[in-house]
Amino acid sequence: MNISVTVNGQRHETDVWPGESLLFALRERMGLPGSKNACEQGECGSCSVLLDGKLVCSCLVLAAQADGHEIVTVEGIAEDGELHRVQDAFVQAGAVQCGFCTPGLVVATVDLLQHKPQPTDDEIREALSGNLCRCTGYAKIFDAVRLAAGRA
Amino acid sequence: MSTAPTRKLELGRVGEAVKRVDGIPKVTGEFAYSSDLFAAGMLWGHTLRSPHAHAAIVSIDISKAVAMAGVHAVLTHEDVPGDKRYGLEFTDQPVLAFDRVRYFGEPVALVAAEHPEQARRAAAAIEVEYEPLELVVDPETAADQPGIHPQKWTEGHGYRDDPRPNVVRDMRIVRGDPDAEGDVSVEGYYELGIQDQAFLGPESGLAVPDGEGGVDIYVATQWLHVDRDQVAPCLGLPKEQVRIHLAGVGGAFGGREDLSMQIHGAMLALHTNRPVKIVYTREESFFGHVHRHPARIWAEHRANRDGKLVNVRMRILLDGGAYASSSTAVTSNAASFAVGPYAIENALIESTCVYTNNPPCGAMRGFGAVQTCFAGEAQMDKLAAALEMDPVELRLRNALAPGDSLPTGQRITGSMPVAEVIRKAAAIPVPEAEELPRDPVRLPGGTGNTTRGEGVRRGVGFALGFKNIGYSEGFDDYTAARVRLFADAGGELVAEVHCAAAEVGQGVTNVILQTARTELEVEDVMLAPGTTSAVGSAGSASASRMTWMAAGAVQAACRAARDELERRGGTLGEGEEIDLERIYRHPRTFPLEPDTGQITGGRAHVALACAAMRVVVEVDVELGLTRVVWIGTAQDVGQAVNPQAVHGQIEGGTAQGIGLALMEEIQTRDGLITNASFTDYLIPTALDMPPVEAELVEDPEPDAPYGVKGVGEPPTVVSTAAVMSAMRAATGRELNRVPVKPDDICLP
Repeated sequence: MNISVTVNGQRHETDVWPGESLLFALRERMGLPGSKNACEQGECGSCSVLLDGKLVCSCLVLAAQADGHEIVTVEGIAEDGELHRVQDAFVQAGAVQCGFCTPGLVVATVDLLQHKPQPTDDEIREALSGNLCRCTGYAKIFDAVRLAAGRA
Repeated sequence: MSTAPTRKLELGRVGEAVKRVDGIPKVTGEFAYSSDLFAAGMLWGHTLRSPHAHAAIVSIDISKAVAMAGVHAVLTHEDVPGDKRYGLEFTDQPVLAFDRVRYFGEPVALVAAEHPEQARRAAAAIEVEYEPLELVVDPETAADQPGIHPQKWTEGHGYRDDPRPNVVRDMRIVRGDPDAEGDVSVEGYYELGIQDQAFLGPESGLAVPDGEGGVDIYVATQWLHVDRDQVAPCLGLPKEQVRIHLAGVGGAFGGREDLSMQIHGAMLALHTNRPVKIVYTREESFFGHVHRHPARIWAEHRANRDGKLVNVRMRILLDGGAYASSSTAVTSNAASFAVGPYAIENALIESTCVYTNNPPCGAMRGFGAVQTCFAGEAQMDKLAAALEMDPVELRLRNALAPGDSLPTGQRITGSMPVAEVIRKAAAIPVPEAEELPRDPVRLPGGTGNTTRGEGVRRGVGFALGFKNIGYSEGFDDYTAARVRLFADAGGELVAEVHCAAAEVGQGVTNVILQTARTELEVEDVMLAPGTTSAVGSAGSASASRMTWMAAGAVQAACRAARDELERRGGTLGEGEEIDLERIYRHPRTFPLEPDTGQITGGRAHVALACAAMRVVVEVDVELGLTRVVWIGTAQDVGQAVNPQAVHGQIEGGTAQGIGLALMEEIQTRDGLITNASFTDYLIPTALDMPPVEAELVEDPEPDAPYGVKGVGEPPTVVSTAAVMSAMRAATGRELNRVPVKPDDICLP
């Protein structure tokens, strides 16, 4: 079936199999592999995108359901070639190791700071508890969020 | 299809806190992981796996699968072009099962199709007739059950001879008088479940036929050259026709030491003459790699009234699962570090690993030392209680120091600042208990809002961890590096470094670039993509060795290039270049004597590292819920090449140890994994991690470049033991099994 979605401001018309997730369509049909697949059941947050401005796991959304909607992926976070302050903070704070969870965490952090520009430590932990990271133990990810929020 | 662009370092020499050079592509989503690769005309591969833990294969019928739409190949063991088996230590593992399957999830057949769903459905249409065989799933009785393998693979490897059919390795360390008595004796029995590496990026890769019978494999791995050396014979190809290239690695932790899709992808690519990509699902990933060995450990510690250890006796039983992987080395490592970093005259350590039909086990961060540290440190706490002595003081009184000997007879000649590490960790102030009432997010059970704190008890624990750095017991451990030096258009020197060290997230890319900049004093240094076709082996990104070994090799190559440059008068003209390769080896190690576990040369382990950790937990003893409140740790790091990366390793390694203590276990029933998903196999989240205050103890290792030591494993070794020490303090329970279950910590 054909779907039409706007991803990072660009319209994509693409043919998908009805069983495909939005994540699969982004990665394999639209040339946007930045969103990652690590659990395919909404546990790890590696595939986080903004769907009409709402943070979702793109592995749990069917590509067909996204028809006619607007999506922002990790590839659309930087603007005019400049890193978003969240992305810059992740690099500065050493919040990236293998980096497989990073795209999802960047999107989730952008979403958090949009809703709560000055989150407390507890709010940061809760907001990011749906994004698994196996390398960092999260400490430097928290540092990055505080840095992006102008708290460090 | 190129997997990683050549990268340039902007700043940083050895010892400076340097931002990761792969940081920016990783935060923008541009970094190409093995699962992100694409090639024109690419097919998707899928693996059919065994639904049985032990069964004979009576027949395989692929006719229906072959006829399905979009399917380009269906392959079985009959299609393996070369050797039918491979393996890191013994070639005991079939590329595709023939005759029988030995574990749940073992690969049986392969499909290549145009869409991954077509491949999955075609695999489901393959008809395999199985005849279930007697299960070997209890490690206690496995040794004497009928052998699950047709031959004893250990023969001829210089191990202690054990005639029992399912013994992978049985070893013994006998030191001094193993019957020596002390004033006090404490005994305990301990168990650890199976832990999964749970790297976030599932196994994946792309195999591309070269049109001349050879193949290029782009894959996430820990050791490119050992992959090639296992893949080529199974494909029936000379090594030169199999080129392995490092694709972006989404974490490893030991789980990528063995092969996963490499041979399968190459078989499908060569058969179809098209690129083939294979990406495991999370469920498949639980079958796709080896795990941490589950263990049962009996221990007895004898000491004198003054706290001095007299004798440690330990029996270790490891369940290796269906195939050996690196089990023989894990068996030996568990024994080697069983006593911990304590000076002792007498010991009897027996360590046995058995084959079973449980999930195969092999390398995972900590590599045998995690298991024995959990048991040994619980014993030290027990001993402190029996002696009515402060547990930190007891550890200090026995702390190993240069000049002392290990139970293997190896004398400590390098850096070994055990007492300083203990003192530093113990000196970090422990935060006061937070008063009630408080936000439930800071209580056990968290936002589940299960308590106001009435059933919550606090406990503080302490532990010490100990492990080797680098490959041991006579293994020829080396790393190659190549440097190309030339002048750019403006006449400035440019260096291009080749090293096949696997960047698995630990930051070895930065180590290589920092080393080259330091040695060459050249601004413009690039690291070429890792591949078997441009440089010799780097060895494995394992055993906390990669920083040391890569720095050693790059240092040697750079110094040789520097010398050559000087010989040429200090400058290079247009079109002129220096291109040379050097191999670095760490000081030689020697095997252990098979019957006594004593050294047969200067040392069995090249170097050692330790870490001490204090943990505060709060346990809701009514509901069996735990919150780790705070961790303070000190670690012996030799010399930190990149302090930010070292702290990152300590924090991340600690998280994995907390996971093993409190939540992580692959559960099996009759050999079948019952929780192969992130819904059912839990790893620590942002809400589970406490703040980790870490002190680096810098005591340079004399045998290592820049005095470095590896830093990845000690935090994982110590943290499970330290968390459990705190859990015992909170509950008063013995808690001899990890991960703890709610029932274990609910008090009447």
